[in-house]
Amino acid sequence: MSKQITTLQAINEAMHHAMAADPTVMLFGEDVADPEEGGVNGASKGLSTKFGDLRVRSTPISEQAIIGAAIGAAMAGMRPVAEIMLMNFMTVAMDMITNHAAKLRFMSGGQTAVPLTIRCTTGAGFGTAGQHSDFLEAWFAHTAGLKVVTGASPAEVSGLLNSCIFDDDPCIFIENLPAYWQKGDAPTDPGARIPLGVARIARPGDDVTVITYGPQVAVAQAAAETMAAEGVGVQVIDLRTIVPWDRETVLNAVAKTGRAVVTHEAVKAFGVGAEISSVIHEELFSDLKAAVQRVGAPSCAVPYSNPLEKAFVPDADKVLAAIRKTLN
Amino acid sequence: MTDSTTGQPDKAVLIDMYSKMSLIKQNDEHARKLLMSGRLPMIYYSPRGQEVIPSAVSVNLNQDDYICTIYRGTHDMLAKGVPLDALWAELAGRATGTCKGKGGPMHITHPESGCMITTGIVGSSMPIANGLALASQVKGDGKVTVAYFGDAASNIGAFHEALNMASVWKLPVVFVCQNNRFGEHTRFEKATAVGKVSDRAASYSMPGIHVDGNDPLAMHAAAKEAIDRARNGGGPTLIEAMTFRFYGHVFGDADGYMDKAEKEAAMAADPVPRYRQWLIDQGHASEADLGAIDAGHEVNIKSAIDKALDAPWPDVSELYKDVFINDLAAV
Ligand SMILES: Cc1ncc(C[n+]2csc(CCOP(=O)(O)OP(=O)(O)O)c2C)c(N)n1
Repeated sequence: MSKQITTLQAINEAMHHAMAADPTVMLFGEDVADPEEGGVNGASKGLSTKFGDLRVRSTPISEQAIIGAAIGAAMAGMRPVAEIMLMNFMTVAMDMITNHAAKLRFMSGGQTAVPLTIRCTTGAGFGTAGQHSDFLEAWFAHTAGLKVVTGASPAEVSGLLNSCIFDDDPCIFIENLPAYWQKGDAPTDPGARIPLGVARIARPGDDVTVITYGPQVAVAQAAAETMAAEGVGVQVIDLRTIVPWDRETVLNAVAKTGRAVVTHEAVKAFGVGAEISSVIHEELFSDLKAAVQRVGAPSCAVPYSNPLEKAFVPDADKVLAAIRKTLN
Repeated sequence: MTDSTTGQPDKAVLIDMYSKMSLIKQNDEHARKLLMSGRLPMIYYSPRGQEVIPSAVSVNLNQDDYICTIYRGTHDMLAKGVPLDALWAELAGRATGTCKGKGGPMHITHPESGCMITTGIVGSSMPIANGLALASQVKGDGKVTVAYFGDAASNIGAFHEALNMASVWKLPVVFVCQNNRFGEHTRFEKATAVGKVSDRAASYSMPGIHVDGNDPLAMHAAAKEAIDRARNGGGPTLIEAMTFRFYGHVFGDADGYMDKAEKEAAMAADPVPRYRQWLIDQGHASEADLGAIDAGHEVNIKSAIDKALDAPWPDVSELYKDVFINDLAAV
């Protein structure tokens, strides 16, 4: 068995590697330096000690200024990693992200670029309710000019984060809070890069294709396991990159199975699943044996109460129900 | 209410302040005990050490005055009069909670006692407080709004925008910064360009008061001055109340980033027993009087917790209710 590490360790080691490899890589965010314990979850432990206060900085609670500074530094040749503690706090910096980071390359006719990575984390399951656990990837995916990336295991997170840091465009890197302490295989090399825009077949199967990303990969795999016991082969595709998404892999897969389900933890309505489902219908209408099904959270804020939170997050049962619908 | 020569509030107010402080302190002790025992897992930001501030503010407020508070806010809520039963039921995520279990510890709302919002977003209490105050100004209802927030929140744009607008519009609002010296793990000095948050008031042409927030009489005087000004049409005030949080940022925080000696000194100067002793020494109350107040709170808190843990959970159909005025169709 290869070495087991947590997702937090994977992030930490990838950032160490990136900062050692390239002196233009910087990190700033709330509490990220070592006197503040290297981040509230310890993701950046050791970095300020190793690479110095000039390149690794704990910031005031000023998201707009954090992202603004990261954009400016990126335009001037740095490769900043800006940590926004939780995805919901990106809302405070939305002008910087959607009006500026996303659009500067286009609006300047290609004269300026923003090679910036914004790391953030989120996810329900801890009872942190309406302002601390939203998945907002659809907002960013809907804004042209942002790459949107998320990994489903420590090695995947490491390889994708490395690619974001060294990508020449702004990347929104979404981490999953409940997965921080989960272990998995370590990457073969902390500097290894997984190319953006290339999906991964997380599980082979011939009958139904489930397309997903992030924490829902494990949920889809659990559903696939159940279906396998019933003799139905469920293929699971981990998109890894939401923008740009790997249309080729997805369309080739669904062309073969003829059945597809898209699932994500984010609210279902107007979500990423709607885009993927639409493209499948547009491109493969005559190959489909059933309408593409979507799974996602209901259209409400993430609720606090435990039974409500459980009902809010799409689980294997909901994915199973969607799979079964494609089989009927 | 206040002696005009000494400025000291009368005995009933002094005792009322103590009663609030005692309630907050004991409530926090129960909350941490419950968390430790695993009986009630929840996200919890202890206000222990900061009891004086909202107690001294609230004795100057009417029931229908408004407050806007933050995730670290049980002290502000209890001082304003949010009832224990509904508060605990919300902390436990039950249908009988202030918010039917939907909001939880970071979003307690109880308009009946004037607790209009609890926000989990740093800085967001202030712009909304302005709106409540604006409504009072337009309606002429004489209400005052208090916005509570931490020291680190004075570094976010919302603080600066809100103070400027409140000043330009002369809104009946009081900005109460509870300076507990830290924002999560970052020390105040490291992230803040001024030595005193109250100095920032000058940029917005409003009075700035720097006060020992652990001194009940000084805090009472500061709050009274600001609330009277707001009520009489004199516009907003920024109060910076110096204090200390005893139990780190969030429950489970190991405090590794804190200076142990500084923390121990702050805890040794615990403002609640200190004020209790002062009341007795000054002859404002007897040990028995204060003991009866403490015991009463103890009974009420325990009963609220027991009721909360026995209360029904919200039904899953609640996911489709309260999003809009009309229920959504379940999909
Ligand atoms: C916009 C935003 N950024 C970051 C956070 C995460 N966060 C929660 S509390 C906190 C520290 C706030 O410190 P302060 O304002 O001094 O209040 P205290 O917690 O000390 O009472 C931070 C950074 C948040 N909730 N909202």
